Amino acid sequence: MAQTIIEKIISKHAGHDAKEGEITLVQVDGTMASDTTAPLAIQSFENMGGKQVWDPSRVSLVIDHASPAPNQRIANLHSMMREFANQQNIKLYDVGEGICHQLMVENKHVKPGDLFLGADSHTCTYGALGAFATGVGSTDLAGVWLTGKTWVKVPPTIQIRLHGKLQTGVSAKDLVLHLVGTLGIEGATYQAIEYTGEALHHLSLASRMTLANMSIEMGAKAGLVDTIGLEWEDEFEAIHADEDAEYKQVIDVDVSKIESQISVPHSPDHVQPISKVKDTPIQQAFIGSCTNGRLEDLHEAAKILEGNKIAPHVRLIIAPASKKVLDDALSDGTVQILTRAGASFITSGCGPCVGTHQGIPGSNENIISSSNRNFQGRMGNPESNVYLASPAVVAATALHGKITDPSQAEEVGV
Amino acid sequence: MKLTGNAHVYGSNIDTDRIIPGKYTKTLDMSQLADHVLEDLDPDFRKNVKEGDVIVADDNFGCGSSREQAPLALKAAGISAVVARSYARIFFRNAINVGLPVIEASDHAIEKENIVQVDLMNGIIFNKTKNETYQGTTMPRVMINILEEGGLVPYLKKHKDYVL
Ligand code: SF4
Repeated sequence: MAQTIIEKIISKHAGHDAKEGEITLVQVDGTMASDTTAPLAIQSFENMGGKQVWDPSRVSLVIDHASPAPNQRIANLHSMMREFANQQNIKLYDVGEGICHQLMVENKHVKPGDLFLGADSHTCTYGALGAFATGVGSTDLAGVWLTGKTWVKVPPTIQIRLHGKLQTGVSAKDLVLHLVGTLGIEGATYQAIEYTGEALHHLSLASRMTLANMSIEMGAKAGLVDTIGLEWEDEFEAIHADEDAEYKQVIDVDVSKIESQISVPHSPDHVQPISKVKDTPIQQAFIGSCTNGRLEDLHEAAKILEGNKIAPHVRLIIAPASKKVLDDALSDGTVQILTRAGASFITSGCGPCVGTHQGIPGSNENIISSSNRNFQGRMGNPESNVYLASPAVVAATALHGKITDPSQAEEVGV
Repeated sequence: MKLTGNAHVYGSNIDTDRIIPGKYTKTLDMSQLADHVLEDLDPDFRKNVKEGDVIVADDNFGCGSSREQAPLALKAAGISAVVARSYARIFFRNAINVGLPVIEASDHAIEKENIVQVDLMNGIIFNKTKNETYQGTTMPRVMINILEEGGLVPYLKKHKDYVL
């Protein structure tokens, strides 16, 4: 039977050939919960009568969403996580170590071909490795801690074939924003996306993560990137779709036609080419998040900001995706370029992305952000407006104080 | 299981940030969640909601984050069921897991303050105000079983494993 990538991965974990529409039990290779979801998962696990998680080596906890703790209530939830991790002998990444999704990939808690569940919707990021990784709620995750399994419905797949080569200055973020704009916020609900085509072959692991990351912004259950050309130091068994596999839909995209993209308030799928919104004034700029807080993203920003100063009325906040990213950016001088340009670095973690603490915008302010969601209130103030863009666009915009296309920055007199 | 309540009606793509903003989710105290549920979308909701009321929406209800606090907040505010034309996948699964009945009915014509009765097991919604019936989608067996036990916690407490 011809199978898509996700059908192959589910079959392997179910122990039989699984086909679209079927509901089956699967073995889970790894799980993760953050400080938003772990406390509830711990409570559910204990209420289920759980004493010991099924396999401590397959469980990770990360304190990243409100880190360091902004108040007493959250500090106590963090303590609860530390205590549980100690007692269960499971790995906990504490304050400042980084964003959960970055850490799972950086530290190889997930590998190509795995089936991974995270209590966070952007768990789909690990689709960058050709893994089936998806977000679940806290109680579902607690069920996996108890049994090592979960039930899944085998989803149909949309195949997106990416042809050509991205223009210089146009990144994986612009590509995925373009796709979110095309498919819409529910364009792939209950379905998996398979990304394939020659445009992928030279994409770095970081860029593949950016692409897979925003699959959830199309409602997808998972976004699996074909592993051809994947930089992964260990050997792995590459899983490709069968040639005659059946798809719900096949979409061909010529990526060379894409210019920088902006998602305008208040939904990630309100996407426009940058030319339509250029010159919109901005008060705050943010580079970070599981979408675009990696070393290559900081490099993009540094290229634009080197030797310059950001506009006087703009705040530029940077939260590196992990301590490793920060270390690397310190060693190669990137951090200094950015701080000299006027950026403020904050603790590695989710930072302003989720509006819990740090960098909450004022009412009627416009923010340009390299993150993935701009729902009303997302950054902590329902009266502010969040624009999503690539790190290069965020940097060029911070420099000029208004939405700026980096490829045309010279013309506006840098 | 039959549930009757007053309908609070919203549109499409009601995301989890609007159901319960991220800044309020870091708590295990359900009354704190209930205090802020839907506050950006419908500031009067908290004042108007009564025990047993039903949330009604168009497409893609609950899109966005995986926060289980979204269905928990609705439940804590007294909501007995959600009827929507379609749901975001994670929200749907979370709602069942926390024992909040949700039903998908693509052609409902429920309006504000209609009194609706939801027959979950048969997937039927009866609009008492308009005297209309809508057929919803019936859920997979495993979800019905979980809901019948009152959610995934009591289900796994009893069965210790998934029974398909
Ligand atoms: S960076 Fe933002 S989107 Fe990513 S895990 Fe953290 S809060 Fe979620």
